[in-house]
Amino acid sequence: MSTETIAIEKVRKPLFTAKDRKLITDPLNDDNPITVQVLGICSALAVTVQVKPALFMCLGLTFVVAMGNFVISLIRNLIPSRVRIIVQLVVVAALVTVVDQALKAYAYDVSKELSVFVGLIITNCIVMGRLEAFALANKPGPSVLDGIGNGLGYSLILVAVAAVRELLGSGSILGFPIIGQWALDLGYKHNGLFVLPPMALIMVGIIIWIQRSKNQKLIEAN
Amino acid sequence: MKPLKRIVENFEPHFAEGGKWRKYWPLFDGFATFLFTPGHATHKGAHIRDGIDLKRTMSMVILAMVPALLFGMYNVGYQHFLALGEQAAFMDMFLYGMWKVLPLVVVSYGVGLGVEFVFCIIKGHQINEGYLVSGMLIPLVCPPDLPLWMLALAVIFAVVIGKEVFGGTGMNILNVALTARAFLFFAYPADISGDKVWISGVSDQVVNGYTGETALAQFAKAGGDVAAMGGQSFASQADFLWAGFIGLIPGSVGETSTLAILIGAAILMITGIGSWRIMASVALGGLAMGYLLNGFSGAFPENAYLAIPPYYHLIFGGFAFGAVFMATDPVTAAQTPTGKYIYGFLIGVLAVIIRVLNPAYPEGMMLAILFMNVMAPLIDHYVVQGNINRRLKRLNVATHG
Repeated sequence: MSTETIAIEKVRKPLFTAKDRKLITDPLNDDNPITVQVLGICSALAVTVQVKPALFMCLGLTFVVAMGNFVISLIRNLIPSRVRIIVQLVVVAALVTVVDQALKAYAYDVSKELSVFVGLIITNCIVMGRLEAFALANKPGPSVLDGIGNGLGYSLILVAVAAVRELLGSGSILGFPIIGQWALDLGYKHNGLFVLPPMALIMVGIIIWIQRSKNQKLIEAN
Repeated sequence: MKPLKRIVENFEPHFAEGGKWRKYWPLFDGFATFLFTPGHATHKGAHIRDGIDLKRTMSMVILAMVPALLFGMYNVGYQHFLALGEQAAFMDMFLYGMWKVLPLVVVSYGVGLGVEFVFCIIKGHQINEGYLVSGMLIPLVCPPDLPLWMLALAVIFAVVIGKEVFGGTGMNILNVALTARAFLFFAYPADISGDKVWISGVSDQVVNGYTGETALAQFAKAGGDVAAMGGQSFASQADFLWAGFIGLIPGSVGETSTLAILIGAAILMITGIGSWRIMASVALGGLAMGYLLNGFSGAFPENAYLAIPPYYHLIFGGFAFGAVFMATDPVTAAQTPTGKYIYGFLIGVLAVIIRVLNPAYPEGMMLAILFMNVMAPLIDHYVVQGNINRRLKRLNVATHG
């Protein structure tokens, strides 16, 4: 008698399933933290005068959301639900301190420019929102992806707004002059309104307007 | 009129259902109904209290603005030649001013109507003439030498962000013309405020230390001594006041002449288009706040603006123009009669507060009206709620008592 056993082929999960990919791509458009969930607006208004600080802000936030999601997801079964907010805050505060110190050590000028807004990542609704809505109920792997996805979605809008504001407000991008002296000689002037925070709000509004008119999923039935 | 009507009728089939230019129906419809009162009537329940439609209303407002426009053209030339110290004939002054002001009007209308047409065609809406009035108001509240491309940008911003995003004419929260001006004020402050812009054609030449600050600022700086003012000087305060009332002082194109604005106000009031409640309460609010602040002038001598006689606020700067043409905008003002009094009064109060306590913003009237535009629905809400509560109480008394 041969002891034939039915070979159970172990279904290997591919490294990136379609579901995982959606975790990254959804926040870029359909579920964008800024334009659809309308979270993290304060920092979007404050740090988008120029592209460089906006980029550092994006890096910092993406790092904090991804790592925060990872850590909270690891200990999600140990956290009593009554004190979960305080636990989340401790984790996030630790991560933000790391980011803040790293910026001070390696990019001091940017750190000065961002000033209080790095510290305010702690209160950024996107961070707490993802911890509450995703990391507490999912495994560490997807949680990291979700964090990266939301960080990128935030970054996409921030960099777009910052690019327009820096170009029209100061005539440069990342500090490189785009609008040359010849244009200024012809009578062109930089638009002071783009340096003021209200224009960031209007820019975000315009992005929401365009996105909603293009993206069928976001058109509300009424 | 007959041949014109025939042309319109000949073109109609091309734009009507099934015609080759169907897409551009709003464009045709806009022009046709602008020229002739449309023949169609309302099918469902009508709520019109008056036979005159939107287009006729708008035309009347433009008519009311004509005195201010014509006087503005003359004054632009007058200030120019006065600052250069040259003698010029009346027509020379007028033509110089016209040469400066007409391009502003053309650009404002061209760009603004262009944006409106594009939006109407995309959305398939009817073209309505909300922009006809805004298009005339915008050049009137700009300095005469404003670069045309800036004006064009401001118009695009005001029409798209101020109006179209909210759903077009009649749906806007903020006054469109003031949105354009606010855009210019914050985007290009050097070209719309300060002491270089109010007199046309002299910004690049220094004429004997002649300053072109607004008349009120000069007056405040000279401590009320009209003979020692940096720009034009006057023999007596009465002369100065008279010049301000007639409008022979530097300023935006259409806002210097209180007299021309009053003629416009009379037209608006007689035809019932502009709300006299708002105009009167703005003036009252300005005066009340002016007297209150003036009372403190002894205590704070370092603020020269406190010492300005309160009624000066009504005559100089954009106060009168704002009260008559901007605050009365039927879309953005409060709708209830009581609300109109509150709305107007607070505009006057805020405008004078900003002028006197923050001279860095000479645009008190603009900011006051924009702020109250935002508050108008809130005022109406409480007025309506108050009325409901009063009537409920009466009902309860009637049933229980």
